[in-house]
Formats: sequence, C-alpha cells, structure tokens
Amino acid sequence: MTLDVIATYATAVFLLIGSGFVIVGVIGLLKFNDPMTRLHAPTKVGTIGIGMLLLASMTHAFASGDGSLHELLIMAFLFVTAPISANFIAKVNIHSRTCEVPPSPSRDDTWSTLKSPDLDQEIKGGVQE
Amino acid sequence: MTSALGLLNIALVIAFVSLALGQVLSMVRLMLGPTYGDRILALDTMVINALGLVVVIGIRQGVQIYFEVSLLIAMLGFVSTVALARFILRGDIIE
Repeated sequence: MTLDVIATYATAVFLLIGSGFVIVGVIGLLKFNDPMTRLHAPTKVGTIGIGMLLLASMTHAFASGDGSLHELLIMAFLFVTAPISANFIAKVNIHSRTCEVPPSPSRDDTWSTLKSPDLDQEIKGGVQE
Repeated sequence: MTSALGLLNIALVIAFVSLALGQVLSMVRLMLGPTYGDRILALDTMVINALGLVVVIGIRQGVQIYFEVSLLIAMLGFVSTVALARFILRGDIIE
C-alpha cells in the first residue's frame, strides 16, 4: 500500500464528508421554519463542506504528482468572509422585524443595531439646517 | 490502486449529485423565501455550491486551472452578498 493509494482513499473520504455536510446544510435551509434558524444551517456548507472539498482537491493534487497548496487561499478567504456575510444577513432579518428583536442594552444605547445614537441625529439635523 | 480509483469515482459522483441537489433545493428556497433575508441567504448558498461544483470538476479532470475560477467566484459571492444586504438595510450600497 503505497502513499498514492492512501492519498486516493483520503481524497474519496474527504469528498464524501464534504458532500454530506453540503446536503445537510441545504436541507436545513429548506426545512427550518424561522429566518434566524435558517441562517444557521448553510454556514456549515460554506465552512466545513467547501473546506473538505478543497482539502480533497489538495490531496488529489499531491496524489497525482504535482502538489499544490494554493487551495488554502480560498479556504482562508471563505473562513474570513463567512461570518461577515452571516452578520449582514442577520442584520437584515433584525431590521425587517422578521425575528425576535434583541432587548435594548441596559446602560449604553449606542451599540444596538436598531437605535441610532443621539450624536448622529444631532449631526444629521445640523446638516439639514 | 484500482479499488481506490473506484472509490474515488463513486465519491465524485456522490459529490456531484449532492451539490446539484443543493443548487436545486436552495433555488426552491429562493423562490419560496418569505423574507428578503432568506432570498439573500439562498443566493449566497447557491454561489458557494457553484464554487464546490467547480472544485469537484477540477478534481475530476485532474487539472489545476480551476483554482483561479473558484477564487474569483468566492470573492464575487462575498461582495454580492454584502452589497445586497446593504442595499436592503440602507437603501444604498455606497453612501
């Protein structure tokens, strides 16, 4: 059992794990019944599913001779940008009132996404005058 | 080696089928989607599934030229998701 055979088996196993996560996440996107719950499922497609497929691509490149590591670049890009886009979609859900609105903060009211601070309103009024 | 290649071929077929089914199911959610957030999320999932399809095609053909394609799809998908969400949040993309 040489190294090529082990790498080919590893490629097949990574492909199976990745496609399993992809199908589970998409079924979750279709079947859940709340917008915020639906937001939770497809992020697994973006991170673990595509990550496993890219890992399979790397392993296959090493098995077939000329190895390459530059799929790590796509993996790093996806891992960085997935939380940002999920945060934006969650803000869309909060602003369109399709989910339970989070409670207002106790002391400081400048961080909440629904409430603009008084300073901004003063600046806006000043510009309009 | 032949059994390993057979397992790899079966895994490639399963990956193709599950990614294509994922595209179809997220397109159903894109058409159903009661809210804007669901539609943006379904479009983002479809972009990511297309990226996975390109990666699996690259494994199937054994070539390296699909790397740039998948990197470009990843960047365009992120930018389009953020632009859509910002348009719905603020009514404008770049203020």
